[in-house]
Amino acid sequence: MSEPDVEETGTGASPRPEAEPMVRMEQVTKAFGDFVCLDRLDLDVKTGEKVVIIGPSGSGKTTILRVLMTLERPDSGVVEVAGGYLYHQLRDGQLVKGSEKHLRAVRRNVSMVFQHFNLFPHMTALRNVSIGPMKALGRSKEQADERSRELLGMVGLDDKVHQYPAQLSGGQKQRVAIARALAMEPKVMLFDEITSALDPELVGEVLNVVRQLAHTTDMTMLLVTHEMGFAREIADRVLMFAGGRIIEQAPPEEIFTEPKTERTKAFLKAVLHH
Amino acid sequence: MNVHPARLLAQVDGPKAWDWDFAWEIVPDLLSALWVTVQATVVGVVLAMVLGLVFAIARRSTIRLISWPVAVFIEFVRSTPLLVQLFFLFFVLPDLGVVLSGFVAGALGLGIHYACYTSESYRAGIESVDRGQWEAAQAINLTATTTWRSVILPQAIPTVIPALGNYLVAMFKDAPLLSTITVLELVGEAKRIQAVTFRPTEAFTLAGVLFLAVSIPSAALVRYLERRFRYERA
Repeated sequence: MSEPDVEETGTGASPRPEAEPMVRMEQVTKAFGDFVCLDRLDLDVKTGEKVVIIGPSGSGKTTILRVLMTLERPDSGVVEVAGGYLYHQLRDGQLVKGSEKHLRAVRRNVSMVFQHFNLFPHMTALRNVSIGPMKALGRSKEQADERSRELLGMVGLDDKVHQYPAQLSGGQKQRVAIARALAMEPKVMLFDEITSALDPELVGEVLNVVRQLAHTTDMTMLLVTHEMGFAREIADRVLMFAGGRIIEQAPPEEIFTEPKTERTKAFLKAVLHH
Repeated sequence: MNVHPARLLAQVDGPKAWDWDFAWEIVPDLLSALWVTVQATVVGVVLAMVLGLVFAIARRSTIRLISWPVAVFIEFVRSTPLLVQLFFLFFVLPDLGVVLSGFVAGALGLGIHYACYTSESYRAGIESVDRGQWEAAQAINLTATTTWRSVILPQAIPTVIPALGNYLVAMFKDAPLLSTITVLELVGEAKRIQAVTFRPTEAFTLAGVLFLAVSIPSAALVRYLERRFRYERA
């Protein structure tokens, strides 16, 4: 469906200067029943910054990404992406709940790669990558396919363009999924434990693609990962997340060598020396 | 020996149990009646497939004002006999100013009745699509309509086809109920022949054979479609 808001990036707020963060979360809280996943979370991510989120399982790391992708609506707090309120709109100077149309317009800046790939099984690799630009960005099939081929080439899958997901290995699927997310030309890319579902020998090929992206683009990236070596290599900043809060954050060389909190020390000890 | 007196009588001076000439004579009438049955079934099936999908999607609506009435309607239709629904459409609606022909009321009745069953199958099919598919669609910013049309339904519908096929055959077998609202479909026609000629054997046997002749190939077709639409999930 081509809707009139296809190319719209207007956000209802006045454009912000470049120095403003690409992602801003303010006092964001999300609970599932009694379990508080995000506890009054504040987070700013600069344009082009690569932020890696580490922490124990079930601590809500993934929820940060899911809130940014609008897969979970926070209970309270304000989220801004690319200078626009994600869940709110400014009306007469008041922050009110945003319309579906507004949500889509702001969400256009974000895309996500999932742990379980979530490719569309009834579409070839090429269609998987092209469908977003065709349906949500209003591109023609030719334009979309041309770009999709480039992207699939970039992730090393030139020869798999017409394969269906079932015919691909896990690593190949995940690379298609990365190409699919990139095709949306997002300003913010979210990577949710993208190697956790892969056979160990396939992890490298996927991480290489992300590494290349991190080094060659100024895309803002948030990654949840358990690959500490990889985190160390690409992160500008590492967040240690536990109990719904960021308990420590620092550049990787700092946090991995001299963690300040006991919780971080214990966590890193556990994951690095098992 | 324990023989019913009527049978004894028939053997003594009644007509032969099976008369081939008579059977051939009534075949054209029965065939045109079969055509009516097939037409009513096809219209009903198309209705049931389209309406069933609409019901299934409406029931998933987060807007209670849509999902609730649909849920209640489905429950109501599933809990009452098709025959009563047909009578309602044909005999009661005219009192409310809506006059439908027997055929229209019948096809509509069949379609609506079975839509309430197919909607449950669609619902199961839709629920069988992994949640990650919805999330991936959202991550590439597809609208709800595009998500349904391009992502969810192409995966849900193949899983529903066997169930839909079974309903197709069931509807065909329920079509004789239309004879109660003046539609001369196959069984109605057989009954008419019997009433006029006092020969039930040929008319009802042939009606049964004709039902089989359509049902069995239909079932085979459904199985074929089932194989065609099967694909590996990723």
